[in-house]
Amino acid sequence: MKILVPVKRVVDKDIKVRVKGDGSGVEVANVKMSMNPFDEIAVEEAVRLKEKGVATEVIAVSCGDAKCQETLRTAMAIGADRGILVESAEELQPLAVAKLLKALVDKEQPGLTILGKQAIDNDDNQVGQMLAALTDLPQGTFAGKIEVAGDKVNVTREVDSGLETVSLSLPAVITADLRLNEPRYVTLPNIMKAKKKQLDTFKPEDLGVDVAPRLKTLKVSEPPKRGAGIKVPDVATLVDKLKNEAKVI
Amino acid sequence: MTALVIAEHDNASLKPATLNTVTAAAACGGDVHVLVAGHNAGAAAQAAARIAGVAKVIHADGASLADGLAENLTAQVLALAGDYSHLLFPSTASGKNVAPRVAAKLDVAQISDITKVDSPDTFERPIYAGNAIATVQATDAKKVITVRTTGFDAAQATGGSAAIETKDAVADSGKSAFVGREVSKSDRPELTAAKIVVSGGRALGSAEKFQEVMTPLADKLGAAIGASRAAVDAGYAPNDLQVGQTGKIVAPQLYVAAGISGAIQHLAGMKDSKVIVAINKDEEAPIFSVADYGLVADLFTAVPELVKAL
Repeated sequence: MKILVPVKRVVDKDIKVRVKGDGSGVEVANVKMSMNPFDEIAVEEAVRLKEKGVATEVIAVSCGDAKCQETLRTAMAIGADRGILVESAEELQPLAVAKLLKALVDKEQPGLTILGKQAIDNDDNQVGQMLAALTDLPQGTFAGKIEVAGDKVNVTREVDSGLETVSLSLPAVITADLRLNEPRYVTLPNIMKAKKKQLDTFKPEDLGVDVAPRLKTLKVSEPPKRGAGIKVPDVATLVDKLKNEAKVI
Repeated sequence: MTALVIAEHDNASLKPATLNTVTAAAACGGDVHVLVAGHNAGAAAQAAARIAGVAKVIHADGASLADGLAENLTAQVLALAGDYSHLLFPSTASGKNVAPRVAAKLDVAQISDITKVDSPDTFERPIYAGNAIATVQATDAKKVITVRTTGFDAAQATGGSAAIETKDAVADSGKSAFVGREVSKSDRPELTAAKIVVSGGRALGSAEKFQEVMTPLADKLGAAIGASRAAVDAGYAPNDLQVGQTGKIVAPQLYVAAGISGAIQHLAGMKDSKVIVAINKDEEAPIFSVADYGLVADLFTAVPELVKAL
């Protein structure tokens, strides 16, 4: 069974982004970029499934500009066998990415596609579900545990009330939540090895996909700032402030 | 122009997130209908019919809809979608699971986590963990939306008397099956709807200490308990208590953060709270930058002291 793992290049999770002065977006020039943390968890899970003998090949795919090759190399350093870059300089919105991935699912026929549940830049939380819809496959989103058994996969999902387990027929689409695993540190020898792995590049038009955006971003602005608070010296003062100033208790 | 709200419910009752979603739907400008898709969900449908401002409730009932499987619920929504300009889901685990699947089937964009309706096709939504607000305009005719409940007031749960139209449930997809559920039992208010939330962080050090320190405070304040991602990752608290960018988004009247440093992703989940109290022994902790009242102290002495003083 092949596993397809889409990965996204995003502003590193520890960077606090700044909104551009002209309101056209956030400043991403000269900002540290990394693999979306949820996607790293997805790659790790796929590689573990291969190490357990459940999967035979792990294919990482990234949609975006040429620099996404770095993200693919990171995925291959974790243990993906090869990479596919769908190169486009245009803005790719979730529906467009899902369509590109559908074209690759049709081509590669993976038993599982494992994605991060959301990218930490646009916080959309859409692509996995959309891919499942377009391929007409069952979905197991927000996965905290994955168990493949025969032609089924059991996915334990992190939901609002606790945990929920669903059984999906393979092939299926899964999105990874935080507690699925803890990704390994990549080692230098594996980084070196990753450089030699196969990386194919396609353009959206090669895959016959129209990636025209459906949402227009009219502006991006700073969120409202909270007024500066105060430090209180002790618990008694805190209780007094909450009762008599903020009046919340 | 009519909007359809996909209700969040457990068959017996509606979840409060439905009420905020109704408000967002009304802001889109047309009539508001509510879909209650479930199994033996008559009580939930009747509750939906009582929501002020709802013109019609569609109650689809059958075994295929018992457990909210995305494949079946999507098919149910698609069977009705033709009549609506807007399809709105609360931005809950269930809403986020189903809305993108519906949107892709309709070949339209999905707009996630809206916090404001500027016009029937223009919405505001936080991006980058709430560090920026994007105003986006949808060019597709049909809008599929998830609603961040903290962005909208709850509609009145009573006062309405909408007609209830019943529909047969769609057939089961055969591709997925519900296996089981581990529900965290609690008599406390629901985290996302609570007026007061007390959250603990990694500084608590163990699941036992988390319980021992946070529970009396929550009991005293009638509060819901939350946790930082670090505390959940460390196993001090279950996943459904996580507050943050990828956990639950809360905006209570009072949020008390104990032993939480205030990582960007945590702030994203609570910084719209009305009043924020931070208790942390590190006076440089980023949580103090959003706190109305900061107390630099060891939580193991300050929290019990607070419980006594309340």
